[in-house]
Amino acid sequence: MSGVPVEIWQPVRLTIELATITTILLLVIGTPIAWWLARSKAWWKEAVATLVAMPLVLPPTVLGFYLLVALGPSGPGGMIAGLWGSRTLAFTFEGLVIGSVFYSMPFVVQPIRNAFTAIGDRPLEVAATLRASPRRAFWTVAVPLARPGFLTGAVLGFAHTVGEFGVVLMIGGNIPGQTKVLSVAIFDYVETAQWREANILAAGMVVFAFVVILTMTLLEKRAARVGR
Amino acid sequence: MKAPGFIHFALGLVFAAAVGGQATAAQTNVAVAANFTEPAKEIAAAFRQKTGHEAVLSFGSSGQFYTQIVQDAPFQIFLSADDERPKKLVSDGLGVAESRFTYAIGKLVLWSKLPDLVNGETTLKAGKFAKLSIANPTAAPYGAAAVETMKALGVYDALAPKIVQGNSIAQAFQFIDTANAELGFVALSQLVGNTGGSRWLVPQDLYTPILQDAVLLKKGASNEAATAFMAFLKGPEARSVIEKYGYGLAH
Repeated sequence: MSGVPVEIWQPVRLTIELATITTILLLVIGTPIAWWLARSKAWWKEAVATLVAMPLVLPPTVLGFYLLVALGPSGPGGMIAGLWGSRTLAFTFEGLVIGSVFYSMPFVVQPIRNAFTAIGDRPLEVAATLRASPRRAFWTVAVPLARPGFLTGAVLGFAHTVGEFGVVLMIGGNIPGQTKVLSVAIFDYVETAQWREANILAAGMVVFAFVVILTMTLLEKRAARVGR
Repeated sequence: MKAPGFIHFALGLVFAAAVGGQATAAQTNVAVAANFTEPAKEIAAAFRQKTGHEAVLSFGSSGQFYTQIVQDAPFQIFLSADDERPKKLVSDGLGVAESRFTYAIGKLVLWSKLPDLVNGETTLKAGKFAKLSIANPTAAPYGAAAVETMKALGVYDALAPKIVQGNSIAQAFQFIDTANAELGFVALSQLVGNTGGSRWLVPQDLYTPILQDAVLLKKGASNEAATAFMAFLKGPEARSVIEKYGYGLAH
């Protein structure tokens, strides 16, 4: 690839970083939520599930708008940023992580919740009769059984964060190395008629999407076979 | 299978209604550079009142529109924020050469919502702020003018890490308006009716004059509303609106 500017790869690296951190955070935050949604008998749990699922339906501009206000000096983001003498979390990598966590949450929580639900009560009851504490039963029974759900959730969360555009465009400020992720870089190249650069990145995304979806399908097939 | 037949019928009705609605008055699609949003709305309203034609406005960065027009976007008129892109459209064979004219000369302002922050070029030289908002310089002429100004003052390298970019001048403005950036370069037209904060009208010798050109696109050459709008834009009503928003006029 001679003549391709080096800066074209910076958004790629940044995007991978953003998606990796977001996915790890979502596994940490999303697992207890998914567990609770799968096990709780609270009448209002579906309301919580709905809140988690909202980004599926809302335009990214809605999230982008509220995040811009919330991350700014008059919102909670500005207060947090004040801790290290900054004014706003907008235009920062951290701000993008916060946005991505909200935006990609349903893609992680739902598969994990489904996997937890599919286990049913029985294995956990068995574990309890064998004197496993609830915590131990969770780690040694529920989590291993729900592994396909975790895998699906992680892959989808990662992929969806990579594919994020509207939110980043609204709260990112297009800063190279900090908030200029792949999708925004492609938009930029297209806007300024740099077709070649746009093509390289866009074609890469097409291949990426194909590989992700194919992998997902194959994984699910395998999981179904193993489960039987 | 009856359903598809019904859907076709329903779609037919919808299209008939849409086409029927258009037939009553001529309509033209105008791509408007974001800095010209407010005056364009006023001009379109006056245009409608006077001629009965409708100018349907789309707002965005000039770079974005250029790319879209090259890709056959259904615009009939392009009100750019520079003169380069309309010239290019003419040489691309997409614009009508003799229709191109400068409808406004843009003015660049350094603006902050904080009352004491902006105090002439010293503010930029002191650099006592965290984020400076500009429009994307490759896509928006006002962004390019902002970079040019900072380079002329010799502060660009020092300020570069603090720059955040809006996709158009409208987003650059909105970053400041939501106070996420303390200050930034915007178009004077965006500050009409806004007396708050602090501002510095950037002297004209610090940046290349922002000649904003309009061009009739080949797609609109035979559209009655499009040609009427181009004529209206040169007329006294439009010119007084353009001046009211702080633009210079070419002649």
